[in-house]
Amino acid sequence: MKIRSLNPNFRRRLVTYGIVAAAFVFIQILSGAGLLTNSLSGQLVPICAYVIMAVSLNLTVGILGELSLGHAGFMSVGAFTGAFLSVCCKDVLPGWLTLTLALLAGTAAAALVGVLIGIPVLRLQGDYLAIVTLAFGEIIKNLLNSFYIGRDSAGFHLSFKDALSLGLDDTGEVIINGAQGVTGMPRSASFTLGIVLILVTLFVVQNLVDSRTGRAIMSIRDNRIAAESVGINVTRYKMIAFTVSAALAGLAGAMYAHNFSTLVARKFDYNTSILVLVFIVVGGLGNIRGSVIAAAALTVLPELLRGFSDYRMLVYAVVLIVMMLFNQSPQFAAWRQKLAAKFRRRRPNRKEA
Amino acid sequence: MALLEVRNLGITFGGLHAVDQFAVSIEKGQLFGLIGPNGAGKTTVFNLLTGVYQPTEGEIVLDGKSIVGQKPAVINRAGVARTFQNIRLFKDLTVLDNVKVALHNQVKYLTLTGVLRLPAYFKQERVMNEKAHSLLEIFDLDGEAGQPASSLPYGKQRKLEIARALATSPKLLLLDEPAAGMNPNETAELMEIVRLVRDRFGIAILLIEHDMSFVMGLCERIVVLDYGRVITEGDPEAVRTNPKVVAAYLGGEA
Amino acid sequence: MQYAISILLSGVSLGGQYALIAIGYTMVYGILRLINFAHGDLFMVAGLLMVYLSANLPLAASIPLVLVLTVLLGFIIERAAYKPLREAPSLAVLITAIGMSYLLQNLALLVFGSAPKSFSSVIALQPLRLFDGALIITGETLTTILASAAIMAGLTLFVNKTKVGHAMLAVSEDRGAAQLMGINVNATISLTFAIGSALAAVAGVLLCSAYPSLTPTTGAMPGIKAFVAAVFGGIGSIPGAMLGGVLLGVIQSLSTAYISSQMADAIVFGVLIIVLLVRPTGILGKQTREKV
Repeated sequence: MKIRSLNPNFRRRLVTYGIVAAAFVFIQILSGAGLLTNSLSGQLVPICAYVIMAVSLNLTVGILGELSLGHAGFMSVGAFTGAFLSVCCKDVLPGWLTLTLALLAGTAAAALVGVLIGIPVLRLQGDYLAIVTLAFGEIIKNLLNSFYIGRDSAGFHLSFKDALSLGLDDTGEVIINGAQGVTGMPRSASFTLGIVLILVTLFVVQNLVDSRTGRAIMSIRDNRIAAESVGINVTRYKMIAFTVSAALAGLAGAMYAHNFSTLVARKFDYNTSILVLVFIVVGGLGNIRGSVIAAAALTVLPELLRGFSDYRMLVYAVVLIVMMLFNQSPQFAAWRQKLAAKFRRRRPNRKEA
Repeated sequence: MALLEVRNLGITFGGLHAVDQFAVSIEKGQLFGLIGPNGAGKTTVFNLLTGVYQPTEGEIVLDGKSIVGQKPAVINRAGVARTFQNIRLFKDLTVLDNVKVALHNQVKYLTLTGVLRLPAYFKQERVMNEKAHSLLEIFDLDGEAGQPASSLPYGKQRKLEIARALATSPKLLLLDEPAAGMNPNETAELMEIVRLVRDRFGIAILLIEHDMSFVMGLCERIVVLDYGRVITEGDPEAVRTNPKVVAAYLGGEA
Repeated sequence: MQYAISILLSGVSLGGQYALIAIGYTMVYGILRLINFAHGDLFMVAGLLMVYLSANLPLAASIPLVLVLTVLLGFIIERAAYKPLREAPSLAVLITAIGMSYLLQNLALLVFGSAPKSFSSVIALQPLRLFDGALIITGETLTTILASAAIMAGLTLFVNKTKVGHAMLAVSEDRGAAQLMGINVNATISLTFAIGSALAAVAGVLLCSAYPSLTPTTGAMPGIKAFVAAVFGGIGSIPGAMLGGVLLGVIQSLSTAYISSQMADAIVFGVLIIVLLVRPTGILGKQTREKV
């Protein structure tokens, strides 16, 4: 099968899978040669999680065309569900089974929350939809901060006030401790798992986009009224996009949780949602491969800039603003054309850099 | 029984009757024209017929079933397709994909089938591609199938919109100013295409147009609207010479 | 009973601050369709400036200076970062605004350090004692309520009765048409930002007086809440922003006092969601029909 004769969409997708596989091999080589710093190797699983977050958010923002500012909420639902299950099962089931169940549970829980939130949210549009997703993200964070769940010989107990009111007996343990979250999770996630989950995410999202369902979703983005006029059930397809996006975020969260032994809801706030949004805008809305690269690069960047530690967020902010101005402003576009023309003219005389 | 029966259709926007007591009866396969001065309410009628606006009074019956109060997507599935006055293409999709979206309800497979790339996906995509390409060929757009819809010149964009509407296998096609902005050659070509569509697919067509030679040359029957109300209905010759129609377009006494 | 009233009043006071910031959001959104994420941080910058200036200069000098500097900052941000992107897709400007917000926060972190700043109140008014001392309204609360009310009244008059105000309404409605009518669109937009920044500055000054400490990230949550308030009241509507701000402040105050501070945020956001489901364009928002 010649590469060139393949469907161009398929070729593009293969390249994306290839980039991920290549990155995996590259990191394994670095790690084997002992060139990976401690801080960087600790970031590997989070990087994978953020890549999945970026790809899943791009489904809602870039493919469906609706701005979602609460994506971190789905991540935290997945994280907490997965962590809860892990802590409950860790002494009972073998590690790999616990992890698999945790990942599945996290994904399912986030999907369910996605459906529940989607029902009211998707009736709105544009900025109103955006602000409601922001609101839900904050509500999820606050709710998780108020959860107290414990287990003793009598079973599970739930409270919204504090750990004491759980009324646990001597054999009891608190699993979710309000704002202090969950502790004692097995650190069973690995970089390999992260890469596998990224590939799964890419498989789902890319195949979805290049299918009848994906076309329906994109038609809603491009012209909702025209989409309705050709018989597309807008609410249904918005819901599909939103729910798949939420489910994948939950998967990312569940995996992320298993990289640490403690988990708090504070970590998944509006700042995280905005961070992921930045990844997909920089990578290009609707550009799945771009999201993968941008998410990885922008997560690694602050780590590499550790030398500038005080200034790194500042540099990050400046880079962001400059990138936006550079890419989008018509004056800059004209300036870029001139620059590109200069390079093309110089080419014949250019010496090797 | 007529394909489309509209009785006493009306809508009020904040006290203003944009459309009032509109009635029309369109037979299967009929070429029907809807004309009137600017602001007469023609596009509003289209919006009422396709469910974009909910009428405040009246009945709309398609093939014996009432479609009043239904949503646009449902009405399309019942058999009414339309084009828009200001072209509404899916700009970031290719020409081919614009038509494939419209084939959504004609060629189906489950979302899961698509994600898992089961055999049904490949089979149905092949069917969809064939149908889409053959539709584009009618409109001489097949050469641009892979280009983004926004890159087409204006006249071709209008044709693409018609092709897209046709892809939904409608019984009734509503064309909103299809010849707007076209030169005489393009207009003549469009007239041929409209006739061809009617002849080949047996679809009834209701069109809004300002180009009188287009309307008179194409339509078998015409209804005239002014200030939201029907002022007359009849065959082209009768309408052309009707003093009320002349007065509406030119203003004042005939 | 007195407790309830004092909670209510502090809610109105808090709401007044939210309203002042919310007006800035809604004005900018109305005119540019931009959610200026950096707006809440302007409020924080104003507060921090106030801390430093009031420590070194008399009040009569520091308050106007804070106002001028904040307005200048708002103006510069608009010209440098938002104006070049006026024709760009809205998400691009949004991300730029987010970047601007991070920039302000981190610059402030660098310049002022991350330790919370505290200072004495700038309000000289004595607290009001009612019901034999059972109900005490602090000078800060009183000043905030009065100042907010006065500003809101003044602004409404300005927008509805002056030529410049009408120009703002025109540009919000249809920028192209306004330009063809001879309105200087750039100047109008800059003025809108200036007014919004000035209001944020006032809110910042009042904030300093009402709360004991301030950090560079102080602006973020009030900023979000103020934006929520603007949407709640109907984005693009100035009276809506006022109403939304005050209602939000009251709801937050009551929830914090009677339920818990943790759930207060959740309740505020929950109310927003419910309102938007019932009235999708906010309480005083306009129902815009999309032309088909």
